[in-house]
Parts: sequence; structure tokens; C-alpha cells
Amino acid sequence: MITDHLPILLIIIGFFGAFFTPIIGMIRKKLCSPWATFITMLQFLISLLLLYNVLAAGNLSYWLGGWQPPWGIEYAVDILNAFVLVIVAGVCFLVSIYSRKSLGLEVPGKEIPLYTLYIVLSTGMLGIVITGDVFNLYVFLEISSLAAYALIALGGRQSAMASFNYMIMGTISASFILLGIGYLYVMTGTLNMADLSILLPGIYGRPVLLVAIALIVVGLSIKTALYPLHTWLPDAYTHAPSAISALLAGTFTKVGIYALIRVMFTVISPSYVIETVPVMSMLTWLAAIGILAGSILAIAQYDIKRMLAYSSVSQIGYIILGVGLANNIAMTGGILHILSHSLMKTGLFMVSGAIIYRTGIKNIYQLKGMGKKMPYTMGAFVVGALSMIGIPPTVGFASKFYLAWGALEAGKWVFVIVILLSSLLTAVYFWRIFENVYFGVHETEEIKKDEAPLSMLIPIVIFAALVFLAGIFASIPIEVIKIWVIGVLP
Amino acid sequence: MVLEMIFAKYNYIIYITLMTIGFYGMIGKRNLIKKLIGMSIFQYSIFLFYVSAADVSGGTAPILLKEPAVYVNPLPHVLILTAIVVAVSTLAVGLSLVIRIYREYGTLDEDKILELSK
Repeated sequence: MITDHLPILLIIIGFFGAFFTPIIGMIRKKLCSPWATFITMLQFLISLLLLYNVLAAGNLSYWLGGWQPPWGIEYAVDILNAFVLVIVAGVCFLVSIYSRKSLGLEVPGKEIPLYTLYIVLSTGMLGIVITGDVFNLYVFLEISSLAAYALIALGGRQSAMASFNYMIMGTISASFILLGIGYLYVMTGTLNMADLSILLPGIYGRPVLLVAIALIVVGLSIKTALYPLHTWLPDAYTHAPSAISALLAGTFTKVGIYALIRVMFTVISPSYVIETVPVMSMLTWLAAIGILAGSILAIAQYDIKRMLAYSSVSQIGYIILGVGLANNIAMTGGILHILSHSLMKTGLFMVSGAIIYRTGIKNIYQLKGMGKKMPYTMGAFVVGALSMIGIPPTVGFASKFYLAWGALEAGKWVFVIVILLSSLLTAVYFWRIFENVYFGVHETEEIKKDEAPLSMLIPIVIFAALVFLAGIFASIPIEVIKIWVIGVLP
Repeated sequence: MVLEMIFAKYNYIIYITLMTIGFYGMIGKRNLIKKLIGMSIFQYSIFLFYVSAADVSGGTAPILLKEPAVYVNPLPHVLILTAIVVAVSTLAVGLSLVIRIYREYGTLDEDKILELSK
């Protein structure tokens, strides 16, 4: 049955699609973008099917080439995997619709390399999420990173330098991860995650395991842009083409967080990283500092994309905070925040891209009258911003509520204060935009309506609608996440 | 005692030394090409760690012989073949970025580029 092969089809279709993009581009350059949309749509449908299968029939394990793990490579799908897969594939699909016009203006005439890399990036990220083998994870991480470096460098004048700095940081991170994996392999002789989780308890307490954990945590923290290691992120997101910023902000850092959760809670057991070695409490404190520092730095920015990038640093802090507090409720909140941050930040970056498409404005003090000029786009921006602040009934409220509740449950009042304070700071930096957009001009002033093109507007509105829908029906994703969380943290 | 340990595990000493040199090159040098050289040294030192960890003393190449023989662990070699491909592609992306940066700014000195991009 073909449904048995869904995990590998997800990856094969992507690489097949990337391989055929240049051939399709040779026939007609205009066909590249619909082709990328088609491929990412297939991947999205497969991810939905996988989530459905996992919820209906329990965890899936796919053996590549029929080789039994731990000798062969295994693709293991459980609820966490499937949930993140749906988010990543969904964002890739919707951004690919949006990207046709946006990238057509910002990167004209480069459709072939652009969409080849786009599909490689989306497939690489899906590969990181689906694989059950640590070395395979490293390979997919590098595949997606290399595509991301190249895509960022397609942006404006300063993008090459931003991409170069990202590449240096990314290579340090990937090399650390590779070295950490090497230590795990030398100690246990296996690379399979499930097998590692059985063999590792035998060597708990050995200093070499501590080194391996340190290397992998630092490596993945660079990839997720956890606060002191976030330096690559603002430049990369500011100078990349708008659609690529939207894609990376929505998915790439989340994939890193997924890998961190997977390594900490599945490969190494939760009790070890929480009690024996305080990795988690260290991450929580860094995340708390990052939440505040990201928000404060965002207030200081006047470029809209740079502001959103710093706000990403702060929002990533929330997710890590939830994971680091490591109790049922906070963990649920953290994983739910992966969904909510993907929805709202992708939407916000798309709006900033739409403004750049229509007017070329990047400075937030020049946005005056934009509320009349692009009413639907700015409406979607307000929805995203309200969700970032955490106002009900948006999804941002649901996840922040769970995070605060989890912090209370853990008895750590400090983090509740951090969450509330950061919500306030978030309100401050979004208020500056609201003020300019809606109250910057006199009522009498005539401004011609000049809305973004439909292929850009529809994905933006879908994201805004999803922010609301996921907020109103937040109990559905929460129930799904809880099944996984309770299995890991009893 | 210490000397014995160093001689017994000299491969690890070498890889750590190379790694530190590479890391310094990536962080400390201001010239972009030197940064890339540092990056390559950094990556290859890790490959060296993998390959040396695979060694079995007195082992032969892992090929099928008529008589059973001790052979080295082939898996790390295979892993590192993949990682070498990754490293080469990273270097290629890096060098092409450097070409673009040079065309844009006319220099490869990071400080000067930072000044120019203000």
C-alpha cells in the first residue's frame, strides 16, 4: 500500500520536485512558482495524512530500504513529529503562493534557482523533523541550512554579508552538533534515536556524555537563535527577500527547537536533563533573559522587518521557556507556541513584504495612512500583532496562558512576571506601528486604496484567520500535544 | 603519567588543537577568506576525530578477505564521506558569497565592510 510509504514519500517528492524545477524552468520560467506550490501542497497533504494516521493508529516507524533499525535509517513519526510536520509543510505551502508576486518583484528573473532552493529548504526542514536517526538529522540540517544561506543572499545589497555571517554561525553550530553526535556514537555504537535512548542510561554520569550534551545544546541553540547566540538572526531576516524572511521566521527556528526537544526528551531521558544535569533550568534562564532583551531591542528598531526579527528572538524565548520549565502544562504551552508563533510571525512578515511590494517602505515612521491604503493587509497585521501581545481570543493568548500557568505550577513566579512584562513591551513596539498606520493622518486626507495583489492577500488573510481559529478552538491542538507531553513527562 | 596519556591519545590532542585553530580563524580573523580557511580547518578537525575513532589497532581495510581478519570500523568513514560533501558545499557557498561581497564593497576586510554598509 502506498500509505505505508508516506514518510519517505514526503522527502522523495521534495527532492524529486527540486530536481525537476530547472527542467520545468527551461520550458517556461513562469511555471517554477506554481510547481513549487504544487510540490509543497503535496507535502502538506502528506503531513496531514501522517498526523491523521498517528492519531488514529499510534506511532509510525518506517525502515528505509527495509533495513531493520538500528542498522538501517528509521523514520519515526509520533505526535510531536506529525504536529511540527503539519506546521512546517503548511507554512511552506502558503508562503509559496505568496512568494510568486513578492519574489517576482524583489528577485526578478531568478525563478529557477530560487524555487529549486525553496523546495530543497522545505524538504530539508521536513527531513529534520521526520527522521529517527541522529546523523540523518545532521545531514538534513545542513541541506536546509545551505539552501537558507543561498536564499538569504538573494536579497538586497547587504544580504550577502548577512548570509556570510549566518553561514559562519551556522557552520559552527552544525559542527558542534556533528561532534556531539560523534561522541554519542563512539560511546554507544549506534545512531538510531530509539536505540540511543535505550543504551544511554548505561553511561549516565560519564563526563563524555556531558560534553556531548553541551555540544548538541549549544549547536541547536545557535540554530534556534536562543538569546546570546541570536546575532545572525536580525541581519539575516532583515536583508533576505520578504517571502524568504516569512518562511524562515515561521519554520526554520521552530525546526531547531523541535530537534532540541527531541534530543533532550527522547534521546536523553527527561529526568536526566532536568534533575541530574540542570540543562533545562539553564535554558529557562537564558530564555527569560532572551524574552526581555528581544522585546527591548525590538522597541529600538525603526526598520519593520528588523523589529519583527528581534521580536522573533523574544518569542523563541517563550518556546524554550515552556520546554525548559519541563512540567506538563508549560511544555504544552511551549509546543503550542511553536504553532502560534509560526502563524503570527509568518503573517506579520508577509504583511511587511506586501507593504514593501506596494510602496517600498521599510521604516515604520513612514507607514502613515497605510490603514486606509491597504485596509485588509493592515487588518491582518493587527490580528497578528494582537496575538503577539497575547489578547484573547487569539492563539497567542492560549499559548501564553499555558506558559504562565505552567510557570505558576513550577512555582517560579519570576517567569510569570517576565511573561507579563514582555507582553507589555510587545504592546509598546506594536503600538508605534498602529499609531502611524491608523492615527498618523487627518480624517479629511484622501488616500487612494491600493491593496496588495490577490495572490499575496489571500495567504495573509488565511494566516490572520488561522490565528483566530486556532485561538478559539485552541483545545484541539492542546489535546493533541497533551497526548505526547503526558507520554514523556508523567 | 601525563606524557603517557598524551602519547596514547595523541589523535584527540591533534583534533582539539586543529579545532581551536579553526575556531580562532572563524572568530578572530577579520579577512573573510581567512574566516573560510578557519571554517574548513574547524570542520576537518571533526572529521579527523571520527576517522581516528574508527581505528582498530592492527586492523585492515573493511573488505572481504579469504581468512577472517581484524578490520577497522567502516561506518564512521561512510558518515564522514557524507560530511565531507557537506563541507565542500558549504565552502562553495561561502566562496560565492565572498565573490558577491567583494563586488559589492571592493574589500574583504570585515571592519571596512561594516563601515561601508552603515
